[in-house]
Amino acid sequence: MCLAIPGKILETNVADGVRVGRVEFGGIVRQACLDLVPQAKTGDYVLVHVGFAISCVDRQEAERTYEALKAMGVLEQELEPPEI
Amino acid sequence: MRYVDEYRDQRIALALASEITRRTTRDWVLMEICGGQTHTIMRYGLDELLPPGIQLVHGPGCPVCVTPLETIDKAIELASRHEVTLVSYGDMLRVPGSHSDLFHVKAAGGDVRIVYSPMDAVKMAAAEPQRKIVFFAVGFETTAPANAMSVWQARRLGLENFFLLAAHVLVPPAIRLLLRSPQNRVQGFIAPGHVCTIMGYQEYDQLAREFHVPFVVGGFEPVDLLESVAMLVAQLEDGRAVVENQYARSVGYRGNTAAQQIMEIVFEVCDRKWRGLGMISQSGLRLRPVFARHDAERVFRLEEITAPEPPECISAQVLQGLKRPHECPVFAKRCTPQNPLGAGMVSAEGACAAYYQFRWHVPPVSKAENG
Ligand code: SF4
Repeated sequence: MCLAIPGKILETNVADGVRVGRVEFGGIVRQACLDLVPQAKTGDYVLVHVGFAISCVDRQEAERTYEALKAMGVLEQELEPPEI
Repeated sequence: MRYVDEYRDQRIALALASEITRRTTRDWVLMEICGGQTHTIMRYGLDELLPPGIQLVHGPGCPVCVTPLETIDKAIELASRHEVTLVSYGDMLRVPGSHSDLFHVKAAGGDVRIVYSPMDAVKMAAAEPQRKIVFFAVGFETTAPANAMSVWQARRLGLENFFLLAAHVLVPPAIRLLLRSPQNRVQGFIAPGHVCTIMGYQEYDQLAREFHVPFVVGGFEPVDLLESVAMLVAQLEDGRAVVENQYARSVGYRGNTAAQQIMEIVFEVCDRKWRGLGMISQSGLRLRPVFARHDAERVFRLEEITAPEPPECISAQVLQGLKRPHECPVFAKRCTPQNPLGAGMVSAEGACAAYYQFRWHVPPVSKAENG
């Protein structure tokens, strides 16, 4: 439950007073809140946890982590709530 | 490309394992705190790569597992009210309360919904003003800023129908409890990388000094965990006890100050009961009084109940690293992930569940058992 997935910020805007970004996780695009990483901008890589970017990481590290998480099969689990 | 990376990672992993073996001259008991790390260790059999003298025990770092029965019961009570929509992260649905779980309440017609982010619950509150939307806020420091933001946002949008059932817990007080116990066996800790992404590692510095125990802030991949173990063993063998940061790609000493600020605005520290461990003082977060109108406990006047835990469950000892899951007499017998009796079997990140999934069907190699 404390996992965070790295993704790339494709664009940023403001919705309902919250700074959000469209973030890409190897093909899957999700909206993430960027208010906790004020320094992050388009093209940057961020670690995303429950819909919030919590830190900036560099590109190489992001891709490496991403591949590892994909191999572990936890990516979908983190990005989509399971259908129960 | 991926295969090249994996190959490289495997070579690095084996090199780290042999470095650990080379450095180890005595037996050491190490604990990883975070359930996500426990999961990786079990999944990749990392403990089996280590020399027999290094024992990894698994800490209380799964927020789903440590949420007490009483809180689950409160969520169930709320979900059973016809005007309430209970919104939760998916892993909470199968956690047993004292007589039912949210999954059954949902099956019986209760309005229970699963979301990926607490902001989804805020959107629901805006879209359905006639419903009372209660978000079940569990989690460690990693998740607290996100949940705090949801309350902040609800207030900013003037949503009177958004409430939080706050069950947040904090990692350092639980470590302190463990280290104070006369039975403690743990000699070094892998500190949770994403908790420290938010909080930094000042608090761990203090613990390292106070108890003369080394910490390494670790990531979540197999190579991260082996490197963390190597760093801990090096410290222990040299007689050092400081905090080192293996996960520097995400963690800085002071953590994420924007995240800490929003937590500080919305939450205050309180005493909290942990499933399996009991009451730990100053180990939780609750809403500050200025946010009282969003506080489900106050608004819905939930009664203080106490529910006893099943006596055969030894999760208190498992969570403190005193016993390992398969030493529990009902492990994989009366207690399974489908029918969990206690804390550790509840979530995929719980230690008992990780043992069940990765060690029960495949007999462990003898080296790990000797450890
Ligand atoms: S196996 Fe089940 S009953 Fe035993 S300690 Fe783990 S959660 Fe408790």
